[in-house]
Amino acid sequence: MNFPILSSITFLPLIGAFFVFLSKSESNQVNKGAIYVSLFTSFANFFLVLFLWYSFDNTSSNFQFVEESVWISGFIKFKFGIDGISILFILLTAFIIPICVISCINSIKNRLKEFLIAILVLETFMIGVFCSLDLVIFYLFFEAGLIPMFLIIGIWGGPRRVYSAFKFFLFTLLGSVLMLIAIISIYWITGTTDVTEIYKIKIPSEFQNLLWLAFFSSFAVKMPMWPVHTWLPDAHVEAPTAGSVILAAILLKMAGYGFLRFSVGMFPLASEYFTPLVFTLSVIAIIYTSLVALMQDDMKKLIAYSSVAHMGYVTLGIFTFNKQGIEGGIIQMFSHGLISAALFLCVGVLYDRAHSRLINNYGGVVNILPKYSFILMIFVLGTLGLPGTSGFVGEFLVLVGAFKVNFLVAILASVGVVLAAAYILWLYKRVIFGKLENNQIKEMKDLNKSEMGVLVSIGILVIFFGFYPEPLFNTVNVSVDNLINNYNMEINKFSVLK
Amino acid sequence: MINAVYFLIPEIFLSLSIFTFIIFGVFKKNSFDLIYRATIIILPIVIFLILNNNFENVKIFNNSFALDEFSSFMKILILVSSFFVLIMSKKYIQDINNNKFEYPVIMLIAILGMFFMVSSNDLILFYLGLELQSLSLYILASIDRDNLRSSEAGIKYFVLSALSSGLLLYGCSLLYGFTGSTNFQVISNNVGDINIGTIFAMIFILVGLAFKVSAVPFHMWTPDVYEGSPTSVTSFFAIVPKIAGIAVFIRFMYSPFQNILDEWQYILVFISIASMILGAVAAINQKNIKRLIAYSSISHMGYAIAGISTGTESGFKSTIIYILIYSAMNIGFFAFVFLMKRSGKYIEDINELSGISKNHPLAALSLLIVLFSLAGIPPLAGFFAKFYIFMSVIESGMYALAIIGLVTTVVSAFYYIRIVKVMYFDSPKKPFESFKSYGIYGSLIFSCLFLSSFFMYPSIFNGIISKINIF
Repeated sequence: MNFPILSSITFLPLIGAFFVFLSKSESNQVNKGAIYVSLFTSFANFFLVLFLWYSFDNTSSNFQFVEESVWISGFIKFKFGIDGISILFILLTAFIIPICVISCINSIKNRLKEFLIAILVLETFMIGVFCSLDLVIFYLFFEAGLIPMFLIIGIWGGPRRVYSAFKFFLFTLLGSVLMLIAIISIYWITGTTDVTEIYKIKIPSEFQNLLWLAFFSSFAVKMPMWPVHTWLPDAHVEAPTAGSVILAAILLKMAGYGFLRFSVGMFPLASEYFTPLVFTLSVIAIIYTSLVALMQDDMKKLIAYSSVAHMGYVTLGIFTFNKQGIEGGIIQMFSHGLISAALFLCVGVLYDRAHSRLINNYGGVVNILPKYSFILMIFVLGTLGLPGTSGFVGEFLVLVGAFKVNFLVAILASVGVVLAAAYILWLYKRVIFGKLENNQIKEMKDLNKSEMGVLVSIGILVIFFGFYPEPLFNTVNVSVDNLINNYNMEINKFSVLK
Repeated sequence: MINAVYFLIPEIFLSLSIFTFIIFGVFKKNSFDLIYRATIIILPIVIFLILNNNFENVKIFNNSFALDEFSSFMKILILVSSFFVLIMSKKYIQDINNNKFEYPVIMLIAILGMFFMVSSNDLILFYLGLELQSLSLYILASIDRDNLRSSEAGIKYFVLSALSSGLLLYGCSLLYGFTGSTNFQVISNNVGDINIGTIFAMIFILVGLAFKVSAVPFHMWTPDVYEGSPTSVTSFFAIVPKIAGIAVFIRFMYSPFQNILDEWQYILVFISIASMILGAVAAINQKNIKRLIAYSSISHMGYAIAGISTGTESGFKSTIIYILIYSAMNIGFFAFVFLMKRSGKYIEDINELSGISKNHPLAALSLLIVLFSLAGIPPLAGFFAKFYIFMSVIESGMYALAIIGLVTTVVSAFYYIRIVKVMYFDSPKKPFESFKSYGIYGSLIFSCLFLSSFFMYPSIFNGIISKINIF
């Protein structure tokens, strides 16, 4: 098949953004043209990605749909290609973006056109991250996402948006520049930045630790791992709903993807060497941020901290280096992408009506918004990992993987499950049940059609993948096997050498 | 000798037009507009003449004047950027009632001086070119002679620059004394056996060169001169002499001092790191947009010098790409500064830009692109400029320089995105005065398109640059 489908799904949103840019903006009025164009592009892209998933070959561990062309002559090729791991994230991205577009049509009041452009441009960059098979191209897309996200937080955010936007931008940039140095060093060590080539050439063991740390500095900030997670709650609280959704659902997953593709794939020895570090940070993240989440009175902040805790499971799972752990980490990322997106959308629903995110201002919502309360219930249960939701599958597998490797770590991580139940159920209790005291809430209306459609579609997926995660496993299975085999081969070779 | 004249056609044409313009300007009243237009037309003609000269690496006048790919490339870069500076600053010059015919003519003289600097293969010719350029720049800095700050800037620039020229000349004479020649090739051959005299000479020359490109610790004049001079002159200062300065820098380091790499490498690394750090840190608190760009240009010179400091071929080539992209970014930046006019006055305070994205969405978007590019965020061209530099720096194993350089990009990103914040996040003020100027809008659009589409094929210049050879 010669049709460059990966480039198409990557750059289609950019073309869409260009047309939105061209559409006439009547000041202060709803810009129909821009909305239709962005809806069309995002849905078209979603269907393209579904088609891609359909034509993807589950049984091969090679990179598929590979596209190559000369980019920087003599140095770097423009190389796209996907395997079972990347396609899941592309799927997630393409699914989340139309949802963001729908949700922002109602909630963004000023400069809607610019917002849509920012989201579509961001989609291009995010899909580019998951498609690229060249380190420099990866870095390019990875960093480029900062610009639209910075603007989304800064322009459409809440009262402390400037502080949050700057914190987000500078934290992530500082983490990433070290990765750039590492990428250039890899070029001079191996003579290429093509990931598949590097897998074959293998980076000499004496360089691996430093390079791993440089990549880690970038991914740890993006993930975010404790103690560099502090930008995330700020960014989440101030970002508009759609911004939070993208941030939680996709931007954080870029780091997890980076760990799998680059840290584990290219530096197996260093990954093994630094496993205790990652375990420690993950466990701290799980327990500490869950405790912090308990004490929050801002709903978005609470969910943000819970995201940090859930990402702790992901890093824990990835660095167990067994099949259960890694697949669990991937499923956990996928399900967290759905659930946290839905939770932020739910908070956005309340915020659009009552203009408050403080838990204290609510109470007794169930009397006024029964449908909303029911749907929120699904996602709350998904967050705490109730069997039957996709959250359970990921967490369970991660813990199984962790028990195989390190008993203590697994026990400590399990504590996080209990804590998650505590903070999220307490949140649900305080917001949904209790006495109806705030008069503002009494005038609220239940979900409208578009909100209903969006939340129900995510809810169905959460439950579907909770009962039947087989499609996800089928997709990643061979790629994960391949990753683990390569890892074990390297480790064994090295221990024999010793 | 006839042959030599043939090679010099671009320079001769430029000098003849300068004389014609001066005479014409003296005898005809109110000839500013005409001469300005003629100057703008002259520049593409000179580019054409340079491109038309089909030869490879010729040295004329007793090997003192080098005509090679390097000098042609740099000359064309100088001409193109001057062209943009001229077309976008015309409106400004007329608005501040400075429409004297000398202005474009002096710029042409400066360009002629730069031609000789870039092509020089001999200390004397180099010094002549440098002085021709510098004297024109002193006049340009104080061209708004009724304005106190402009005169002050001119005097300041003159005094400090004359001092540095003196040091440079002293270095040149020492170099002549210790190597016995003024020719770069001869010097390069004789400088090999280290003696303390040549190193002294090299350091004096480095001081002079660092001054001309405003690298730390010889940067003190930059913010004041940038702020005091009329913006049209600032835009010229920020772009064109920098190109010539870096070209001469490259020529010196790779030609006469080629064999004493070990001696100058650490000096350049220091200059580069100091410039990057000072440029990044000192700009944080600037309120005046011209002072800010002054510090920004200091830090950019730091990156350019980082490329030279590697002493490798890929090093100076990355510097050439850097200076090219730097020029494109500054053209865009200054085109926007020329738009900042409110109720008849040009404004320079950054806070006055507040909320401009509401009133002028397109202009604000363009400045956004330019600023993120200056900060070196992918996928804009500024990233590739830095990328090439650090490719060569890491190739030479200078990891400390690379790490410091990249960490300072984060610091400098802060002040660039601060302008974005003022434009996009703050509440709107009164809109700018709207006026028609194809020059300004054209330059802005050109710069933005260049910066934002560079990523599609970043090796676009590699073909040309790979041909460049200095040795």
